[in-house]
Amino acid sequence: MKKTYVMEDLCCANCANKIETEIKHLDGVTSASLNFIAQKLFVEFEDRIADTITASVIKIATKVEPDVSIEEL
Amino acid sequence: MTKKQKKMLKKILTAAAIFAAACLISFLLPDFPFKRWVSLVLFLAAYVTAGGDVIRKAMLGIRNGQVFDENFLMSIATIGAFYVGEYPEGVLVMLLYQIGELFQTYAVGKSRKSIASLMQIRPDSANLLKDGIVTEVSPETVAVGDFILVKPGEKIPLDGRITEGTSSLDTAALTGEALPQEVSTGDSAISGCINLRGTLTIQVTRAFGESTVSRILDMVEHASAKKAKTENFISRFARFYTPVVVLLAVLLAFLPPLLLKESFSGWIYRALNFLVVSCPCALVISIPLGFFGGIGGAAKQGILMKGSNYLEALSKTDTFVFDKTGTLTRGNFKVTKISPVGISKDDLLKFTALAESQSSHPIAVSIVEAYQTSRQKHSDAAGILPVSDVEELAGFGVCAVVEGKEILAGNMRLMRDRQVTGTNSSLEETSGTTICVAIDGTFAGTICVEDELKPDTIPAIQKLKQCGIKKLVMLTGDKKATGEAIAEAIGLNEVHTDLLPADKVTHVEELLNQQSAGHTLAYVGDGINDAPVLARADIGIAMGGLGSDAAIEAADIVIMTDEPGKLPAAIRIAKRTMSIVRQNIVFALGVKVLVLIFSALGYSSMWWAIFADVGVCMIAILNSMRALR
Repeated sequence: MKKTYVMEDLCCANCANKIETEIKHLDGVTSASLNFIAQKLFVEFEDRIADTITASVIKIATKVEPDVSIEEL
Repeated sequence: MTKKQKKMLKKILTAAAIFAAACLISFLLPDFPFKRWVSLVLFLAAYVTAGGDVIRKAMLGIRNGQVFDENFLMSIATIGAFYVGEYPEGVLVMLLYQIGELFQTYAVGKSRKSIASLMQIRPDSANLLKDGIVTEVSPETVAVGDFILVKPGEKIPLDGRITEGTSSLDTAALTGEALPQEVSTGDSAISGCINLRGTLTIQVTRAFGESTVSRILDMVEHASAKKAKTENFISRFARFYTPVVVLLAVLLAFLPPLLLKESFSGWIYRALNFLVVSCPCALVISIPLGFFGGIGGAAKQGILMKGSNYLEALSKTDTFVFDKTGTLTRGNFKVTKISPVGISKDDLLKFTALAESQSSHPIAVSIVEAYQTSRQKHSDAAGILPVSDVEELAGFGVCAVVEGKEILAGNMRLMRDRQVTGTNSSLEETSGTTICVAIDGTFAGTICVEDELKPDTIPAIQKLKQCGIKKLVMLTGDKKATGEAIAEAIGLNEVHTDLLPADKVTHVEELLNQQSAGHTLAYVGDGINDAPVLARADIGIAMGGLGSDAAIEAADIVIMTDEPGKLPAAIRIAKRTMSIVRQNIVFALGVKVLVLIFSALGYSSMWWAIFADVGVCMIAILNSMRALR
């Protein structure tokens, strides 16, 4: 499955890199890319984590950047 | 400015006012009781106003195990300044850091907007036409087969076919082509074009998600997933840079004073400079921004790149391999000569055209077209003859049964393979392509078709040479004489002729083996039956990709118009973007290293350190934006 999230108020490109790396390493995620300029996160993952993926994404993103706002597209 | 930025500006101004008051009291007023304490409280108030957020995030960071983030580093550096008694400096550094951050978010927002405006092709609404009533709906809700109305000045929201009306379309946003395209009933309409004159009724052929506009935007947004080596290098570098500089700072704070038996505060101050400089942001941000600018600038000209890695690879290309038909030539064949043997001209054309009638090969299409024109001319009312057992032999031709006769149409090799009798081996050499025809195993003559060069092929090849492309190779299924004549006319270095589609892969592989290290090979094709080659080359470039799914899938770079002239433009953009990215890396790293050295020696103040962080970041962002142009 694929999901796209809009991420606003990311402070810097380095945080974006950190978030991307951590999401990539989530169990069940096959690919993740965070476009800092377009403020979008694209995640591809196995169906079995479909229920938890959004929560995991939010958890990782707020851990690295507490003020980020995330919305699923 | 956004709400958040305005809030930040207010905070900065308040903090600046308190800071000014604090400076006034502690430096200008004569002594009074508790002066030291009053000014300290004021400095602290200014500090908290400016940096409260930073400290809050730093603490959250520690709780979450994110120790080396810039909030943490700035907090330690400024609190450290307070500790060694440099109150004004502690406040000022925090203040400048926040001003820098504000500028940075503002500048990034601005560049985001200018990139977005380049790609302002996403339509907001569609006029759905149902039972004679027009309603404005969101394009996502329009289904395939629905009719939509596009008024003059509006963007075409979805791909479709024009069922009513004539107009001219501005395709500049998609292709960079300045000349409007004339369209009328029956023509296809591509989403993202602007309707200039008349009202058009369009029957939708693709849902919004699959329409050209959505696919292009998707591709540009997803481009960041394929990172250039430089980009990967920098993000890996950033991971080590910060911890290393922090470690150096710790060593600098404690080792020299212990060894030299000096006071700690001077060395701690030097170490604090290190912490300020250790933020990796300037480096990290300017690189994706530069690449994204390059990709956006290319998209503006109708050149779509699927990732910054291809931009990087393209800047190192020294070999271009071209497919001939549809890439260098128009792929628009015309029958120029019919030489029958033993039958009439018309019959030869008729049998060949019928045998080829089910093929979509451009040569077949041209023969069928020629047959239809001649039928109209002679008002030939003969009904359509039965055609059966059609077999396409890729790279050879076609075999079919027409009116009970077995027709073979293709190249000389096909005739030899099928042991056709009566072939005229001394075929005259022409500049075009010769189709040999056999009826029931007997040679029946030849049909000659010719293709024209695209008008900008020759200047494009010249410009590629000026761009430093050393080797230009053409691969074609044409005969030796034809291929070599064309290659010489346009100034290519090398040509391989008589190739079957599968041979092209082998040839490209051979050329890849000859490549010198550090240089890449680009293959340019029209995306029709060369998908394997597009995939095999370092960079696969598909031309005329507008509306062709296969090309967009297989290629790394898609040129939306079918002009070879876009190739040198793409290389120029790639080289320029790479040089901007390199400038940013050298500049950001250079300034940081210099400030680190001067700080260690005690010649630098926190002022310089903060410049090395936010100032450099700003300059790098501004420099990156040049890639857009």
